Amino acid sequence: MMAALIFAVSLATLLMFFVSYCRSLVAASSRHPLSAEVRDVTGINAVASAGDYRRVVQLLQLCPERQEDRSGLQAVSIYHSFLTAARQLSAWVVPSLRSWTEQEQAGCAYFAAAALDRRIAYSREMLAQQDNL
Amino acid sequence: MPGPIDLIIWFLGTAFELAFVVCSLARKSFLRYFFLNLYLLLSTTASIGRFFILWRYGQSSDQYMYFYFYSDALLTVALFVALISLYSHVLGELRAGEYVKWGAVFLLLGTAGFSYAVVAQSANRLSTSFAYELSQNLYFVGLVLTYILWGAVLKLRETRTRPVQIILSLGLYFSGYAASYALANFSGKHSIIQYICPALGCFLPLSWSLTMLRYTDESRLVPAQLVAVPR
Repeated sequence: MMAALIFAVSLATLLMFFVSYCRSLVAASSRHPLSAEVRDVTGINAVASAGDYRRVVQLLQLCPERQEDRSGLQAVSIYHSFLTAARQLSAWVVPSLRSWTEQEQAGCAYFAAAALDRRIAYSREMLAQQDNL
Repeated sequence: MPGPIDLIIWFLGTAFELAFVVCSLARKSFLRYFFLNLYLLLSTTASIGRFFILWRYGQSSDQYMYFYFYSDALLTVALFVALISLYSHVLGELRAGEYVKWGAVFLLLGTAGFSYAVVAQSANRLSTSFAYELSQNLYFVGLVLTYILWGAVLKLRETRTRPVQIILSLGLYFSGYAASYALANFSGKHSIIQYICPALGCFLPLSWSLTMLRYTDESRLVPAQLVAVPR
């Protein structure tokens, strides 16, 4: 009985901490100003929209990977899928949740755009180093 | 001997633990996060000790089983101390350190006593059952303490990125561990722990190392963005 109770509570807090962890990753990137190039290529100006995420991820896959970004992007990708599932499941039950999930997915898109910005800067740095050699 | 995948996860976990200590030293934050570093250094030592006992006596030996569960219980105590040090980071300005310290000691002793009482009442008085029960309860208490600390972070509108992400990673770790031990205890399938716990053991030092690498002590985030429902 005690073990079952602990299991149920632990699962609920696991979900809560996962959502908060992903939100903290997204929040930490929200102050990153996007370069003009990234804004042009992604179409994100000041605020991202929920639909931007997949397009930005496709662009990310074209750039050389940075080890530091990988785990954060994976966590946010899982969070994005979780939000998509939550939006579809709650469409009939809690319609107000739709706007919240869209807002969260927009945050995920901005996070991915900030990662794209860093990857482009990293690629430039690598090219400059090669030129110097 | 464990399979190659188990060994890879094990070595990765140990490497990530050392990576956090190296990152702390490189970022000149070793003393600031001293108890986190101490926990991970102890965990690395326990990991090496476990490997030697496993290699010498085998996985099904009593020596390995006792060393595993008792070193696990000791590491949990070290993790509690690390958690309390995070409390002092967050509540430092409120000067509530003494209350937190005594509260944590009381909780630890209470949990150990409660676990012993539960196992002592059962007909089968095995020390290993006590270790399982104690681990499950200690991780759950750790989870509750982390949850309270997270509440304090939100209430006090903590803006420092490093403590926020370190606390959240710890919350994920404690939740995962408590859920695994509880599932193992009520389903009777203790093999669950064999696979989930090493993976969680990799996650915590990796996540902490990345936090050290990505952010400085000056990194800040907007507290309002941490709350799921904006106030």
